[in-house]
Amino acid sequence: MHAKKHFHLWEHFRRRERKAATDGRAVTLGALPAGKTATVAELQGGRGFTTRMAALGFTPGAQVTMIQNFGRGPVIVMVRGTRIALGRGEAEHVWISANGGEAHEES
Amino acid sequence: MRNHDEAARSVPSVLGACCADGSGPTQPVGPCTIRVALVGQPNVGKSTVFNLLTGLNQHVGNWPGKTVERKEGIHRCDGVDIQIVDLPGTYSLTANSLEERITRDYIIHERPDVVVMVADAASLERNLYLLSEILCLPAPVVLALNMVDVAQQQGLGVEPHVLEAALGLPVVPMVASKNQGVRELVDTVLRVYREGPRGVCRPDIREDHREVLAELVNLIAGSVPEPYPEDWVALKMLEGDDEITEMMRARLTPEQWEQVHRVLMKHEDAILAIAGGRYEWVRRMTRAALTVPKAGQITLTDRIDKVTTHPVWGLFVLLGVLGAIFWLTYTIGSPIQAFLDRYLIQAGAEWVRTALAGAPWWISGLLADGVIGGAGMVLTFLPILVIFFAVLGALEDIGYMARAAYVMDRFMHLMGLHGKSFLPLFLGFGCNVPAVMGARIVDSPKARLLTILVAPLVPCTARMAVVAVLAPIFFGAAAIWVSWGLIALSLAVLAVVGIALHELVLGGEHVAFIMELPLYHKPNARTIGLSVWQRTMGFVRKAGTIILIVSVVVWALSVLPHGEVDTSILAAVGRFLSPLGALMGVGWQMMVALLTSFVAKENTIATLSVLLGVGGEGAGLAQVLPTLLTPASALAFLVVQVLFIPCAATVATMRQETGSWKWTAFSVALLFILSFAVGIGVYQLALLTGWGV
Repeated sequence: MHAKKHFHLWEHFRRRERKAATDGRAVTLGALPAGKTATVAELQGGRGFTTRMAALGFTPGAQVTMIQNFGRGPVIVMVRGTRIALGRGEAEHVWISANGGEAHEES
Repeated sequence: MRNHDEAARSVPSVLGACCADGSGPTQPVGPCTIRVALVGQPNVGKSTVFNLLTGLNQHVGNWPGKTVERKEGIHRCDGVDIQIVDLPGTYSLTANSLEERITRDYIIHERPDVVVMVADAASLERNLYLLSEILCLPAPVVLALNMVDVAQQQGLGVEPHVLEAALGLPVVPMVASKNQGVRELVDTVLRVYREGPRGVCRPDIREDHREVLAELVNLIAGSVPEPYPEDWVALKMLEGDDEITEMMRARLTPEQWEQVHRVLMKHEDAILAIAGGRYEWVRRMTRAALTVPKAGQITLTDRIDKVTTHPVWGLFVLLGVLGAIFWLTYTIGSPIQAFLDRYLIQAGAEWVRTALAGAPWWISGLLADGVIGGAGMVLTFLPILVIFFAVLGALEDIGYMARAAYVMDRFMHLMGLHGKSFLPLFLGFGCNVPAVMGARIVDSPKARLLTILVAPLVPCTARMAVVAVLAPIFFGAAAIWVSWGLIALSLAVLAVVGIALHELVLGGEHVAFIMELPLYHKPNARTIGLSVWQRTMGFVRKAGTIILIVSVVVWALSVLPHGEVDTSILAAVGRFLSPLGALMGVGWQMMVALLTSFVAKENTIATLSVLLGVGGEGAGLAQVLPTLLTPASALAFLVVQVLFIPCAATVATMRQETGSWKWTAFSVALLFILSFAVGIGVYQLALLTGWGV
């Protein structure tokens, strides 16, 4: 049971790595300058983090606009019409992709 | 309570086709009690709606065995008693937090007759996410669309009728802060109760996971305990919900579990697909009902936030706000406290002593010193607390508190806490008891514990009152600087302890900071008034029960066995500790005074007066004390006094809020050692530099 779980986790991370490696443009929300809008690509982190963020509207395909980002400390973003304050660590666990010409909502 | 035909309630199907016809059963009509549950996300004005409906006709307690507030109230209308339970505010119904568990358990197990979901019309999309979860539970739902005025100001167009048609459930537009729409809400609740649920449009799982959900439902069919809906259980398992998964694991045979487990492992990424699917459903529901203004519009909230959330200006605003609160406390609160102390507590104790002069000593002592001097004394701090509660309540209602937490996050982070912990800690300047209780707003249990453990290091008004009496005796005009220095020292110690305990308690674990910044809006006097009332009553109740008991016990220790303080058990402990006092040049009397401050902090002064035989208030002390203590010793004593074990009331509250004797004892031991270590350190440093010897 335990060995299986470990193997599974490891497999999970490898999948993540592969995904990050193939997605060349991917950056985290922490790098998004104030005033810019991007699309959520993926959430990286534990189940608790993912479900909380997803409930607040951070699902793949959602549009996020950075409101305040001083490069250090927490950030404020706008997602689905709500201002959310995120710690620097949390912002760095949200992968985003730059907005192309068309802003497609939801995957 | 009515007797339902439970089986007649249609259990919704998450798999069922959208907008299925769920024509409800006909309910019996008559004079009765209806049970209504209020649900909603945080900051949607749910409490305002609750307060409007119930007024002062409400009861605040705790959920059994939990430290989450349970608010219940009754609204009487047309001969019907509507029993309303205000469920905790949650963003979703995944078992991430206690609040989420309580909300969903209540709906599933207690089966309210109607669930009223309060939504903020200004952020409808995110609010309906919670609705998409609630609709999967077996209960008729009414959507109270609150803050439609704010939505309008934001340039959002929301059409309740269109939304009602799309969702298939009643939608009531409201402006709770202006008392609009309440009557309509009550009528709708009564109608839904009488007519039963209509054809509700329930959210569907996204197509790519439909098959696996069906497979899961098949696997667990027949093993799901009542009253859980099978589809819902399967969905929650797919979402990785620990609580539900554990429940099913215990009920399935090992072979069945093995199969289920394999399916779950293969679809571990389902969380985001399910959440995404819900938002797709929300999008479909709001497509026609919601018109969003073009992006780039600068709102009032944006303009205010430019200042209040700025790393530099925001800090100045916060300092200004805190300064104003202190000013209010010291110009209004403290004089009232001193007045109550003089004319209520001291005069009351005096009266009891005279009236009971003929009775055995312990009866008048118990009443005058234990009850009035302990628990009664705590009550004299009510004016100060009311000021704190009122200002903080107003700032919360306006929406500023979230900004204060945001600005403080940078600093709190050093201790591994996040900005939210700042709010209860600030309350600690008034009194440590509400600070410990206020730690409930911190989401993570570990961060909450840490907040509770450092809370007693915030110097409360009672400790500062002792400093205010003693410091001028030794330091004259410099007393004000000594006071500020002691506050700064406490906060510095708090920071160091916080950083150290972060490693110990949290194992250096990172605490996620995810917080909504609500729109600013005008404060509502009714909401603030009721919150002040509830918090104050909560404190009074505590003073009348647990604080009373502990005060009496500690009083007993301070007089037993011979009825004198200087021969008491506490004095014996004080003498036993005198070698420790010697290290900072203070005698055993000072140690006993310190120990009696455990009943209530002001006791330090009273005990010293008794032990030094000067009687009365500070006047006599001013002559005697300087002959006993050097300024260096006095400073060391004040340091210990400020950092010492908090009063019995705070310790009792810590025990209640942590639910652990171990952590309470840890805190007491830590503060005991810490206060003496710092006090002795200060004294020895003074000796080395030759100051005040």
